[in-house]
Amino acid sequence: MPIEVDGQSYETDEEGYLADLNQWRPELATAMADADGAPLTEDHWEVVNFLREYYEEYQIAPAVRVLTKAIGKKLGKEKGNSKYLYELFPYGPAKQACKYAGLPKPTGCV
Amino acid sequence: MAVAKFDVPELKEYPIIPKLQKDAMAHSAPYVAKEEFQTKLGYPGELIDNWKEVAIEKMGELTNKYRSLSVYLDSCVKCGACTDKCHYYLGTTDPKNMPVARQDLFRKVYRRYYTLAGKIVPKLVGAEDLTEEVLDDWYTYFHQCSQCRRCSVYCPYGIDTAEISMAAREIMDTVGKGQKYCNEIIGKAQVLGNNLGLPEPALIDTLEGLEEDIEDETGVQVKMPLDVKGADVLLITPSADFFAEPHIDGLIGYAKVFHEAGISWTMSSYASEAANFGMFIGSYENMQKLALRIRQAALDLGVKRIVFGECGHAWRVAYSFLNTLAGPFDFLDQNYPVPQHICEVTHGLIQDGTIKLDKSGNDHMTLTYHDSCNVARASRMGDTPGGQFTIPRDIIRASCNNFYDMPEHSIKEGTYCCGGGGGLLTDDLIELRVKGAMPRMQALKQVTEQNGVTHMAAICAICKSQFSKIFPYYDFQMDQIVSVHQLVSNAIVLTGQTDGESDEENSDNDDSKDAEQAA
Repeated sequence: MPIEVDGQSYETDEEGYLADLNQWRPELATAMADADGAPLTEDHWEVVNFLREYYEEYQIAPAVRVLTKAIGKKLGKEKGNSKYLYELFPYGPAKQACKYAGLPKPTGCV
Repeated sequence: MAVAKFDVPELKEYPIIPKLQKDAMAHSAPYVAKEEFQTKLGYPGELIDNWKEVAIEKMGELTNKYRSLSVYLDSCVKCGACTDKCHYYLGTTDPKNMPVARQDLFRKVYRRYYTLAGKIVPKLVGAEDLTEEVLDDWYTYFHQCSQCRRCSVYCPYGIDTAEISMAAREIMDTVGKGQKYCNEIIGKAQVLGNNLGLPEPALIDTLEGLEEDIEDETGVQVKMPLDVKGADVLLITPSADFFAEPHIDGLIGYAKVFHEAGISWTMSSYASEAANFGMFIGSYENMQKLALRIRQAALDLGVKRIVFGECGHAWRVAYSFLNTLAGPFDFLDQNYPVPQHICEVTHGLIQDGTIKLDKSGNDHMTLTYHDSCNVARASRMGDTPGGQFTIPRDIIRASCNNFYDMPEHSIKEGTYCCGGGGGLLTDDLIELRVKGAMPRMQALKQVTEQNGVTHMAAICAICKSQFSKIFPYYDFQMDQIVSVHQLVSNAIVLTGQTDGESDEENSDNDDSKDAEQAA
C-alpha cells in the first residue's frame, strides 16, 4: 500500500517498507510513525538517523549490539541497551526503526 | 507489552486437548513470493496457466524420487495417534492442523491421480481433484507446519508430516506459488552468503566491535577471525549470531571457548550462514547450493575441521545431508566428526579439563533447556544415543548452579516446537507463531512457578528469535531466552582475565538484570 505525503505517493512492499530507498525523506518517517500512533521524538530520530548513516556505509542495518552501543554513546549510557530501544520501538528496533528509516527489513532468523 | 489483534491462548494448569473449531486459522497465510524472488530460484514468477497439470506431474516425480514420501502417503490407517500432538493444533484448535488432516490435504490429491481406487471410485477412498480451492488450502496449511516432526514420534508407522509439507511446498514453488519469506532469503544467501544480506565490510565491523567488547569486559584479547587461511576449524554459524540478541552472546561464547582451548579457527565471509532454508521448501537443488558454499570455503581456507554453531535445522542439514549434498569431505581431518557441533566441541573440552567454568557466573539465573526440534528429532550429537539431549544439558549444568528440566512430555524427543520453525519465522504469521508457542509456554510456566526458573536456554537461532518475540504475549520478558554458549561465556575462566574491575562490573550487571526480572 503506497504512503501519501504532501500529495506525493510512495510505493511500499506488503509490510509497509519503502520500495525505493532513495525516495526517503524525513516526512515519510513522521507519517509512518503517526500512522502507528506513536509520533517520533528526538530520541527516535537519533536512532533513525544512525540507521541511515550505518546503512549508507555498510548496505545493511546494524546489529542490535552495534546500535545499542552507538545510542549509548549519543544519548547516555543508561539508554545504551536494547530494553530502552524496545521502549522507543515496541515492534523491535531492527524492524520498526528500519521501516521508518526507509531501509529494507532485516531478513533471516532474526 | 505486546498488543495482540487476536486471542492469545490461555495457559492452563495442565495440557488439554482443545475442542475443534473449524477453519479457525483459515485466514492465516504468508505473503506469496513476488516474481523477483521466484525467478532467482528458478521458479515461475507467478501461478502458471497449466499449474494443475504441472503440479500433478511434479507430485508423481516426487513420490517416485522419494520412496519415503510414497510410503507415508500409502500407509496411514487413520488411527488418530497424531491428532493431539501438533503444537499448532493445540494452540489454534483448527482441525486441519491435526497432522493427519494436514497430510490428507496432500494425500487426497495423490490418491485421485496415483492410485487405482482413487482413479475409479474417488469418493469411496477419500480422493479429490486438485482444484484452486485445494491449492489455496495447501498454501494456508502447509505454512502452518513447522516441520518439527513431533507427530512422527507418536505415529505407529513413523509417518513424517514434515516431509509431506516439504513436498507440498516444492510443488507450489514449481507452479509459481512460493512463500516470500523463505524464497527471498534463499535468493539472498546464494548471492551474499548469508540470510541477512550482511556484506563483508559489515561483518568485519561487527566482529571488530565484539572483540572490543570482550576485551573491555575481560581484559583478554579474544579474536573473532574471518577468512583466515590455514586455520584448523571453520565455524559455520547462523547469520543471526552476528545480528540479533541473545544470539550474539552465543557467538561470543564460541569465540571464548576456541580462544581458551587454543584452537585456531576462522569464520568465512563467503559461507557466512549455517541456516539452509532450501530444506524448508523441500528443494534439494537450493539446499545443495548453500551446502556447496560451505565446502568451497573449507577448501579455500584449507581448514581441517568444520564446526557448526547454534542453529537447529542447520544441524539437521549438516548432520544428515551434508555429505550427500557436498561430500566427500575426505580432505578434512578424519579424527574429528565431519561436521562437528559446537556443543560437541565445548563438551569435550569441559570433560578433558581444557576449559574451566565458574558456575557462579550464572548465579543470577535459574535455567531450563528447550530442545530444538531439528536437533532433537532429526540429528544426534556425540557417540552415544541421545547425545543430542545429554550434551547440551551437560554443558548447561557445568556452567550454572541452577537447572531444572521442563515436564517430560515437552522435552527431548517429545519437545514442542518454538512455534516459528520451518520457514514460518515471519511477521505475517505472528498469530500462528504466538498460538503455536502455547504448549511450550505452558511447560515453561510450570517450571517458572514450581522451580523458580528465570531463563530458558536454546541452541537454535530460530527458537531464540521466536521466543524473544512471543514471550511478551505470555507475560514473559523477551530477555528470558538465552544462548547455551552465552552461559558458557558467562562462566568460562579465561587465562589472564582481569578479575578486579570486570568482576565488579559483572556483578553490577547481574544486579540490574535481577531488578529487571523482578520488575
